[in-house]
Amino acid sequence: MDLTTTPARNPGVGYRGCGYFPGIDEYGVIGDCRTAALVSKFGCIEWLCWPRFDSPSIFAAMLDRERGGYWKISPTGEYEAERRYAGNSNVLETRFRTGSGEAVLTDLMPIRDAEMSSMVPDHEILREITCTSGAMEIEIALVPRANYGEYPVAICNKGKLGIRMVDGPGVFWLRSNLPLRIEDSGVFAATTLQQGQTLSFSFSYSLSSPAVLPPLEQIPQRIKICVDWWERWVGQIQYDGEFREEIIRSALTLKLMIFAPSGAIVAAPTTSLPERIGGDLNWDYRFCWLRDASFTIRALLELGFWNEATGFLDWMLHATRLTQPELRIMYTVYGNAPPDEHTSKILRGYKGSSPVRIGNAARDQVQLDVYGEVIDAAAQYAFHGGYLDREMQKVLIGFGNYVVKHWDTPDQGIWEPRTSPRHHTHSRLLCWTALDRLVALTEQDKLKGAPLQDYKDQEEAIRRQIQERAWNQELQSYVSELDGQQLDSSLLLLSWYGFEKADGPRMRSTYNRLRERLSTAEGLLYRTEQVPAEGTFAICSFWEAEYLALGGGSTADARNLILTLLKYRNELGLYGEEIDARNGRALGNFPQAFTHIGFIGAALSLDQREKGEQQLAHRPESPVGEQPHQKQAA
Amino acid sequence: MNWGNWVISGFIATLALSTLLAMSQGLRLTRMNVPYMLGTIITPEREKARVYGFLAHFVNGWFFSFFYVYIFQIRHTANWWFGLLIGLGHALFVLTVVTTLIPSLHPRMASEQKGATTQRRLEPPGFMALNYGYQTPLSVFVAHAAFGAILGSLYQLR
Repeated sequence: MDLTTTPARNPGVGYRGCGYFPGIDEYGVIGDCRTAALVSKFGCIEWLCWPRFDSPSIFAAMLDRERGGYWKISPTGEYEAERRYAGNSNVLETRFRTGSGEAVLTDLMPIRDAEMSSMVPDHEILREITCTSGAMEIEIALVPRANYGEYPVAICNKGKLGIRMVDGPGVFWLRSNLPLRIEDSGVFAATTLQQGQTLSFSFSYSLSSPAVLPPLEQIPQRIKICVDWWERWVGQIQYDGEFREEIIRSALTLKLMIFAPSGAIVAAPTTSLPERIGGDLNWDYRFCWLRDASFTIRALLELGFWNEATGFLDWMLHATRLTQPELRIMYTVYGNAPPDEHTSKILRGYKGSSPVRIGNAARDQVQLDVYGEVIDAAAQYAFHGGYLDREMQKVLIGFGNYVVKHWDTPDQGIWEPRTSPRHHTHSRLLCWTALDRLVALTEQDKLKGAPLQDYKDQEEAIRRQIQERAWNQELQSYVSELDGQQLDSSLLLLSWYGFEKADGPRMRSTYNRLRERLSTAEGLLYRTEQVPAEGTFAICSFWEAEYLALGGGSTADARNLILTLLKYRNELGLYGEEIDARNGRALGNFPQAFTHIGFIGAALSLDQREKGEQQLAHRPESPVGEQPHQKQAA
Repeated sequence: MNWGNWVISGFIATLALSTLLAMSQGLRLTRMNVPYMLGTIITPEREKARVYGFLAHFVNGWFFSFFYVYIFQIRHTANWWFGLLIGLGHALFVLTVVTTLIPSLHPRMASEQKGATTQRRLEPPGFMALNYGYQTPLSVFVAHAAFGAILGSLYQLR
């Protein structure tokens, strides 16, 4: 699926009544590690929440062409567009071609840390379009709609200072070297660019202090500073395997999801991109799920991003303090409960997929697996050479004691069905993982004061229960729920967490059943046996690839599956949450941190197996090589 | 002049003024951030500017309290309502005169006439500092009235 050369008709966007929605994978993402914006292939910013990921939107045309708000800079008439990121950065370049010329649009959100010594806005998007050959008619339209499309903002022309837009206590400033006209709650302009001519735009937001109005003539220099900053960050990467280029893009995407002020990582920067077009599987993912902790820490550590891994672990253990020893399944970037879920009365949803949800009702679910994921994340950190201080140790023991008391109770499970609690195998697996890791940490003298015997006894009890009641003799497979008949893809993680060997008879047999029941002809996996089916779940396919890399198959099997899955990225290297089995297009919130983490994990395990290195720091039966924490210490 | 009393009451009143202005910012009543505005006279670096500006504003508040006390002494009156009246007058002066002059005096503040430049890029406050939010005058009046009232009630005439 190569979108690079797909001819693109200028689709217009909602304000003038056109209802065309780009494909979800026709968006690119830019960000500043505080929030992110989605830019369509047609030069239109269609999603932006300021000042942080879960703030109300100012542009949301992605969810409603007429009411959402957008900022378009694109050629008039027919054109083709292709995109790429500038080097190893998150600076997006869109090249437009018309019959009369070519132009390059550059979009970015400057990184504040890269410009500490100068006065720059708190939050800003820079856009620059340069005609590189011939001539091109360009149209510009910026239509802000505050609070998820609820109302237009007051716009006034402040002359040489720029265009000022006030929304409650916050202020937006739009500055440009092109005269702009205010009309119908939007800002518009049209011009013809000749070869070598450039239009520059700065759109900024200030909520808590006087705005900074950056000079436009410095934009080229600021773009360079931003690209350099990203490339320096990428320079830390330690992976040198065959998927280096793809890993770098996934790492860059993951970095965009990290909220720098706290270290939290959001699942995705968007809400309500549908898992089924026209359906109601539309969720708000702009929060931090603890479920992703273990995979995330492992990916960050093994790529060499210690600052991000440490920041994330600190956030997890400190931001969750208000609820400890109980854990919510998700938190905001500052560790609060996500807001109550409500549905937008304004936005009608991507391609009519309604409702558009703001907030997430799953916040009140009980999911016992999160204890295992947080403890495993901390254990990975310690096994890689990180230090757990006394405060962290106390917190981990608190979680362990909670698991000892509650592991045998039903919960909602990893897939968050909005049904009554059940006894999920995956949740039991993670309760087992929690105690297993605490025992291992204690035995390695990285944890002090844990009730070791109690943990060992309960760990054994959970193991017995999983082996006896989560194993279906008739199916010759592990199953999703104790004494159940159904399968789900999270069973692949039995080997990832070290409960079963990947090449053991039970795992192999379970894998075969999973393939029979959940895979598509193209080799993708659904997450559950749910009917009607949603898209295939991208992370599950990467779990499969990693299962193969861990010994469930050959290295060729693992590599081939990874190569297959790489075809489902868009041309910018971005994955959504799901892949539509009918046409290979992205579904669900976009881009999805979890999917990129899954890819990184699979590629790391394959690389480690090929090099004969230890796979997964928590696996006691790792084949060869020194312990990673010894490597780090050295 | 009761110098010792001025030092203490000026300190407490300035503390209250700073707290009220920071609160009104935190409560999203205004984007006016006086420490940041003062600090950017010295440095463009945001974090440093806030620290320098806070110190400068504090010293400034203390310095201004001297004039309040001087008026108390001249009028032989020092009580909360008289201080409050002076505070309201002070706020009116800040909102009308200072906000008009500051784009010309501040080396890093843009002006509506000349626009933003490489050197001058801070948003100007505009008349009554309304550019920083329509509730800005209210927060400035309240903070300065409190400053004067506290000073008036704490200062003891000699």
